[in-house]
Parts: sequence; structure tokens; C-alpha cells
Amino acid sequence: MAYAAAALAAKSRAGVSMKMSMHMPMRISPSPSTPQKAPKLLRGFFIICLVFLYAPVMVLPLFAFNDSSIVGFPLRGFTLDWFRQLPHETMLHRAAANSLVIATSTAIISTSFAVLVARAITRYRFHGRGFAFGLIMAPVLLPEIIIGVALLIVLLGLGIPLNLWSVIGGHVLVTTPFTIAIMLAAFHNMDQRLEEASLDLGESRFGTFRRVILPLAMPGLAASLLLSFSLSLDEFIIAFFLTGVDPTLPVYIWAQLRFPSKLPIVMALGTLMVLVSLVLLSLFEYSRRRWY
Amino acid sequence: MPQAKTKPSPNPNPNPNPMVVLEDISKTYMGEVVVDGVSLTIAAGEFFSLLGPSGCGKTTLLRLIAGFATPDKNDSGAGSIVIDGKPMTGVPANKRPTNMVFQSYAIFPHLNVGDNVGYGLKKQGLGREAMRRRVLGMLDMVDLAGFYDRPAHALSGGQRQRVALARALIMRPKVLLLDEPLSALDKKLREQMQHELRSLQRELGITFIMVTHDQEEALIMSDRIAVMFDGRIAQLGTPQAIYSYPVTRRVAAFIGEMNLLPAQYHGVKGDRLQVSIEGLGRIELANTQMPRPLAVGPVSIGIRPETMTILYNNENNNNASPAPARHAITARVASMDYYGDMTYYRVRAQGIEGLLTISMRNTVGRRIYGVGEEIRASWQPESLIVLG
Repeated sequence: MAYAAAALAAKSRAGVSMKMSMHMPMRISPSPSTPQKAPKLLRGFFIICLVFLYAPVMVLPLFAFNDSSIVGFPLRGFTLDWFRQLPHETMLHRAAANSLVIATSTAIISTSFAVLVARAITRYRFHGRGFAFGLIMAPVLLPEIIIGVALLIVLLGLGIPLNLWSVIGGHVLVTTPFTIAIMLAAFHNMDQRLEEASLDLGESRFGTFRRVILPLAMPGLAASLLLSFSLSLDEFIIAFFLTGVDPTLPVYIWAQLRFPSKLPIVMALGTLMVLVSLVLLSLFEYSRRRWY
Repeated sequence: MPQAKTKPSPNPNPNPNPMVVLEDISKTYMGEVVVDGVSLTIAAGEFFSLLGPSGCGKTTLLRLIAGFATPDKNDSGAGSIVIDGKPMTGVPANKRPTNMVFQSYAIFPHLNVGDNVGYGLKKQGLGREAMRRRVLGMLDMVDLAGFYDRPAHALSGGQRQRVALARALIMRPKVLLLDEPLSALDKKLREQMQHELRSLQRELGITFIMVTHDQEEALIMSDRIAVMFDGRIAQLGTPQAIYSYPVTRRVAAFIGEMNLLPAQYHGVKGDRLQVSIEGLGRIELANTQMPRPLAVGPVSIGIRPETMTILYNNENNNNASPAPARHAITARVASMDYYGDMTYYRVRAQGIEGLLTISMRNTVGRRIYGVGEEIRASWQPESLIVLG
């Protein structure tokens, strides 16, 4: 899911950075010029890339419908048993619910931060602006396990209990660089005259933000929410360190790996998640195309 | 003769009903003085142009009036901007009785034409129906009837310009500010819009302040023009005054074309200026022909290309102009540009450094001279002006 969202984010970045996006219907084509027929070699390479990206994902439904508790070849036959068992896995439901709460909160908090930071950097000149800009992407370079351990030490040292909030905090930390990058791109090419025009027409600063800036940043905003949501949803290391008694879905699945008989159920769950992310992706594309 | 105003007094009051009064306005950006102590009074209902090359501070001045920037504080507090009798110090852009047409038009790309035009009305608490009626009326006025639901991206340049205009005018501003409003349009459309804007302004009686670098546009449209160089007003006056009596060589060269001849100024005898031009000798001119008083010494004599003429048959017997005291010189055509209605000749004359430009209207039967031909160029002494 994170792959898909990252691709989306990259696309939307390309979208806003196109100067024409302000005036023309925003349609992303692979190249600005008339697409030509791809040479054979390039087409072959493209297909290899697709296979490389999606073949592992395709394994999921394969075993999710396989009538065997052992995940492996040869396939035995078709069954929906694993999907039927999903509703009875209450611990899994709990973990999924935890993950959804964490991912949703992370997406909202992280994107809100990003909107404020990106606004400040693109619109205002202030002391230490260059330094702040440089620091933003730095956390991406830190290994997550280091961040996880460090956060754990700090939280324990401060006596803060480990629960969903501690995981949310950790996830906001690791997703914010990405959301800021997206929102920076979204705000960067916004014509400052539009803001002035709004002020000039009697609108307040807040009203201008609500009526002009936010709507124009909407594709970036959606990309940022989706990316941080999906990054948080399948984040494992930090959740593993900071989770209390309530595991997130990845942490729960990891725990289930000790029981091979549970594996096909995990496959079924994975299949559902792929479906959901496909629906989300399509919705996003659809809404973005309708936007302009 | 419309006498050009050379130095605006600290509080000039050319009209009993001033709309915009600027007093000692300066603006510095990062140590660079962009606007340098401008004082200006613009009358209610006036079409006023700020004209100058790019970087002269004209747009900054407009943005100061709009409230997008604040003037520097000067020695006696802050330079003051007064609009319709109310001081604008500390008043933000959204509270000023001005509206702006931006150079890029700044049409909101996510709104349709109707919502763009009605954008500012929303804040005024009008009912939905009343608002729609006013927007429709305004669209009608700018010739965009039927465009209400058109998305912003589906507009041509000229239509965007009209939307920007409608969006500003619907606010019923005291002053409409126009930042190079026509520069993005092609020539035909620009000429059409020049006249439409002008008649719209006359009809509405709103004060228009327009920034432009196009001297022709400023001449056509304005009641008065302020020519700006380096953050200062070089000359303020009616289009005729500025064109006929530019006060400096720089203004003369910026507004239209001006031939400059080196000369010596010897002072006044009676009420006649005593000047000797290189290659032509000593002449007398009326004192109105020196727009700004100069000291005795080297000066330049300016003459517009269209006030010169090429004598038919090389003879000084053009009976269409009975004036006896015409100056005439022999010259050779160095190059010519044919424009259809006009022909521009660059000619080299004996005893005069550089090339002179002469423009001739191509009336029926008038010869077009070729490169290398010898001609007699002539002018009336009244068309000369003395510049520093």
C-alpha cells in the first residue's frame, strides 16, 4: 500500500510542479510532448519492472484461496475458508482497529504539521529558514530502529506510558518529512498573486487560506494524507518498540508467524488490504481528474 | 500651451477633489531604493498612468497604494497615503477602497467565471440571488454574458482579462488599480481593450491608476501621466504636455522618438532663447521651447521625427507651409523602414553627428526615397525644444 501511495505522491508532485496546472486540466502524461511508440527494448524493460513490482503481491491471493494450511507449492485447490475465519479472529480485529486509529491520527497530525511548515517555508522569509529547510528531510536518513530505540528510552525515562499515543507520536515523527516534502511541492508553485487577489477582494487572511489556498493544495493534501496513512499502517519497527498492550496489525501479524496454521488467514487479510488500497487509489485518481 | 509640471509642490492640488494623495512615499527592498520620495495627487475620476521602464518602481508604487506593501518610514514619521480623505497607514489591503487588476490576472483556477467575479461579494453578506444578479449584470457589462458557468481554465487571454476586470469592478472600488493590464494580449486585442477600458472608465467615473511600460498605451488612455525613472517621478503632466515638452532627454527618448542635436545655449535676449546648433548656426527660439530652465552652456536640441519633412524636388518651395523661417539641411538616406502608413528614414546630414530619424506619412503621390538618395530635410523652428 505504501508503494502505491508513494507513487501517487510522486505523481501529484509532478502535477503541481507543472506550471500549467493552474490553467489547464491537470492530466499527467508520461511526457509533455506527444507520446511516441516505445521502442521494443524499453517496452520489455517496462514489463519486467511491472512483474518485479507486482509478482510478490500476486502470491497473496494465490495462497489466500489455496485449500491448505501450509503455505507452499503445489497448490491444493480452491477454498474461501480463510476468509470465513477472518471474522472470528477477534485479536486480529483489535489489532486492525488499533492500526486504523493510529494511521488515521498520524495522517491528520502529520499532514497538519506539513501544511503549517510548508506554508511557512514557501511563503515567508524568517531567520533560519534555510537551516530549517535542510533539517526537514534529515530524519529520513536515520534508521528506524535507531529512532525506535531512542524514542523508547526517552518515553520510559520520562515515565510516559506506552499506548496508541506513543505509537502515533513515533509515526508522526517518521512520516512528517514525507508529508512536508509533498506539501512543499503543493505550495511551491502556487501563484502568490492569487492570495493577493483574494485579499484585494476584501477576504481575510484566514478566509483566503480556506477559499483559495486549501482548495488549490487539495491534490497535494490528499496525497499527503494517503501517504502518511499508508506509511503508518504498515510501519513495523517503531510500532514494535512503542506499542503497549495493544499491538498494531503488523506487530500482530509478526506475532502470528510463530503459528504456521494462521498464515493462510494472514494471506487472506493481505488480499483484502490489496483490494482496499486499489479502491482507494482509484478513488483518488478519479477525484483528482475531476478536480480541474 | 499645456505647461508641463516640473516639480510637484509638497501638496499639489490640481483638482478640488483629490482621490489619492501620496506624500513623500519611499520603499526600500533589501537595501535597494525602489521608490524614492514620491509625492502625487490623483483626482477623483481621473485616468492616471504610471509610465516607466521595468524596474522604475511603478509597480511597487501601485502595490503600496493597494496595501500589499507598506512605505518606508521617513524622517517625519511615515510617508502617507490618503485615499478618499482617509489615511491608509496601517489599513490592510482587504480593508482599502481599492481593487486591482493583476498583470497575470490571477483568476482563481478552481472557480468558474461566476464564482470568480462574485468572489468578493461573498464577504458582503448578500443573498444568493442578489449576488447572482449582480454577477450576471457585471458579466454583461464586460461582454461576457453567458460565461457564468465557464471554468476558469477554458478562457482565452482576452476573456481572462475581462473576468479580472469584472471581479474588481463588482466591488465598486473608489480606485481601480491596473498593473500592466493589457501587456499579455496580442496587438489587435490590446488596441480594442484600450478603447474599451477608456470608455468604461468614463462611463463609471471611477479613478483608474494604471501601470504600464508602453508609452503609446499611456498616451492613448490617460488623462495624466507620471513618467518614472529610478523610483522618482521624472515628469508629470497630460499626454500632450509630456510628448510635446519632455523636460529631460531621458523622458524625450522614452516617450516616442526624439532626434537630439548638440547645441550651445547662450541665454535669453528679450524673451527669445539664443541657441546655436552645430552645422546650422545661431537661431532664436521662444522661451516656451525650453521646458525646464537650463544654465548657459552645452545643451541638446530635440526634434520629433514627424515634425521634420522631406522637401519635394529637393527645393525649399513647399507652398503647403508658408512659414518663411524653415530650417533645411541636405542629407543622405542611410536606411529606411516602410510601415505601410508611414516610412521611417534614417538620414546622415553634413555637419551633424549621428543619424537623424524622419518619419513621413505615405500619402498618395508621395515618393518613397531609397537608400543613398540625397534629400532636403526641413522643419519649423517652433518644433525644436531645448533639453539639458
